[in-house]
Amino acid sequence: MTLLITSGLIIDPARNLEEPRDLLLEKGKVAALEPAGVIPKEGRKVIDAQGLVVAPGLIDMHVHLREPGEEYKETIETGTRAAAKGGFTGVACMPNTRPVNDNASITRYILDQAKAVGSARVYPVGAISMGSKGEALSEYADQKAAGAVAFSDDGWPVMNALLMRRALEYAKTFDMPVISHAEDLALRADGVMHEGKVSVRLGLKGIPAAAEEVMVYRDVRLARLTGARLHIAHVSTAGAVAIIREAKAAGVNVTAETAPHYFTLTDEAVVGFDTNAKVNPPLRSEWDRLAVIEGLADGTLDAVASDHAPHSVLEKDLEFAAAAFGLIGLETSLGLTLRLVHAGEITLRRAIALLSANPAAILRVPGGTLAPGSPADVTLIDLNREWTVDTAAFASRSRNCPFHGWTLKGKAVMTILGGKVVFKETN
Amino acid sequence: MELRRKDLLGIADLTREEIALILDNAAILKEISTRSIKKVPTLRGRTVVTLFYEPSTRTRMSFEIAAKRLSADTVSLTVAASSAVKGETLADTAANLEAMRPDLLIIRHQASGAPHFLAKRLKCGVINAGDGLHEHPTQALLDMLTVKEAKGRLHGLKVAIVGDILHSRVARSNIHGFTKMGSEVTVAGPATLLPPYLDTLGVKIAPSLEEAVAGADVIMMLRIQLERMGQMFFSTLREYSKQFGLALRHLDLAKKDVIIMHPGPMNRGVEISPEVADGPHSVILDQVTNGVAVRMAVMLLLMGDKA
Repeated sequence: MTLLITSGLIIDPARNLEEPRDLLLEKGKVAALEPAGVIPKEGRKVIDAQGLVVAPGLIDMHVHLREPGEEYKETIETGTRAAAKGGFTGVACMPNTRPVNDNASITRYILDQAKAVGSARVYPVGAISMGSKGEALSEYADQKAAGAVAFSDDGWPVMNALLMRRALEYAKTFDMPVISHAEDLALRADGVMHEGKVSVRLGLKGIPAAAEEVMVYRDVRLARLTGARLHIAHVSTAGAVAIIREAKAAGVNVTAETAPHYFTLTDEAVVGFDTNAKVNPPLRSEWDRLAVIEGLADGTLDAVASDHAPHSVLEKDLEFAAAAFGLIGLETSLGLTLRLVHAGEITLRRAIALLSANPAAILRVPGGTLAPGSPADVTLIDLNREWTVDTAAFASRSRNCPFHGWTLKGKAVMTILGGKVVFKETN
Repeated sequence: MELRRKDLLGIADLTREEIALILDNAAILKEISTRSIKKVPTLRGRTVVTLFYEPSTRTRMSFEIAAKRLSADTVSLTVAASSAVKGETLADTAANLEAMRPDLLIIRHQASGAPHFLAKRLKCGVINAGDGLHEHPTQALLDMLTVKEAKGRLHGLKVAIVGDILHSRVARSNIHGFTKMGSEVTVAGPATLLPPYLDTLGVKIAPSLEEAVAGADVIMMLRIQLERMGQMFFSTLREYSKQFGLALRHLDLAKKDVIIMHPGPMNRGVEISPEVADGPHSVILDQVTNGVAVRMAVMLLLMGDKA
């Protein structure tokens, strides 16, 4: 099967390419990328991409697919369908499943399941420690051989600094990145939202920005000590952005991501006790939100990842303190990132780098570019298409999204995985 | 005459006019409690349910007496006897209560926002009788009524609130109420018990008890919960009491006619000395009396003309 995508605006940040080209996909690979009319149309299925952006398939480097163990929230099948619908051809799934993905057999199960029923490439992240308990290192070489792309105890921060040092060193042995969920649990205590002027008004216990920042600082210093590849997950505070900026300037091997909700919402979203706005790290102040945008624009933050965290009504239809942390984002991530482009905060090329080229480079997975020979993973984006977020229409099994009812401008209209169309906008 | 709202969830949501309306009605209704037959038929045939997930003696009794004096039928559900211990969700409890067609639900819950959660789901009115660290609106209303009776006004008064502001829903509701009504509110306490961003609520923060009460018309002492001691909020009760306990000598710093308030229950000898609590400036028992009147007013205004 060959596909010829004609007249689209090709954006390939990895090669600094931003111009109209025809794109030929053949045998699951990018076969050619040529000026209009060079590639003959005869005998090929042609997709007219006039007026559309043609980007390398988007990669969300931080999602929770909940399988195995919590299939009532999400499965690999529904989660990757949500990914395809949101324009993503690849997702890295965090290991806090039940049981925790801390060994090669669970990693292989996830990959087998993805192969059987998935609509996107799935990149398992293995646990830093056995059971993510923060006590003993899991088997990194084994997990890497099975297909893990990074290690993280996401959801349960590594509180023991010595264990974190060892994890960085041990991961370095096998040339693997460590993804830090930076949060000091003692400082978080029983906080449920950002500590600020909204928490003081609502009488909800606060999580100070410092709970994140002291751990980002610790891990950056440990990365400097060990020379290992460190990636900071879901950066939400101005202070964390500043620490990472300094570390990068000092040559530390560190990368970082943020999530769309941190550059779109603030703690004001919690007013009314909406549990869909309960997320960890919490939605911060306007000052933090603006600093995160600045970090995305100036290169301090390398990736936008949704931290797609499905929960059912069992975890969310509760009083605020009792509800689970987390919100889903695979189907809104692109639209929310494009808001920054429309607002002039970042360029379109930067947006595609954040959503595709950079996550591919950080995880060292295929894709993230349209260079000939790359996987035929492509996302067609209509920048000006206005649409209303409707959780009832989501492919995800869960509905915990604070953006329900929002009108967004910009949407994936077709997602191609390995040369096959896995999602197509119908109207 | 009624409140144009289904629920009373917090003072933060109320306008100045609504607060004044409630206080004016409470002042009138207070007289009923002085009669030999303390009952009017206004809410005959209405059902009021109190649902308390936290222990309480005076608030709950105050609501029940208020409802009975208006001739409403009252039913009480306590946490120990309720389904909460069997693991029923708040949403299910609410749905079951609603199915019994109450007219008004009065809830106290340890989670901030729990009354708001119920109010969104229930057709009947909801009164917040204290939610987590958030609000305790009828307490603030009875406090404002007590001050208004003693001073004749709320506007232009200097009100000091001292103690554990962080964990106090009474403090939050009173800060909203008194600042809305034009009083100047100053708070004091150890910094561990004054949450960051407290100033954004429109209060002044005094560095000591002495500076907070200087020139005050009203001093409100908050209960220090003894279990806070093991949680690194302060060192010993002895030191707390020496630094932030109200004693007779502090009254000389305040206005001559200062009134002393406490939402109860008091830790005598800790945040307030017995001489102050029982002294001539104390209006602590007036607060309790006014609690019934304020709660009668709120119930009447929420349910009064609605058939």
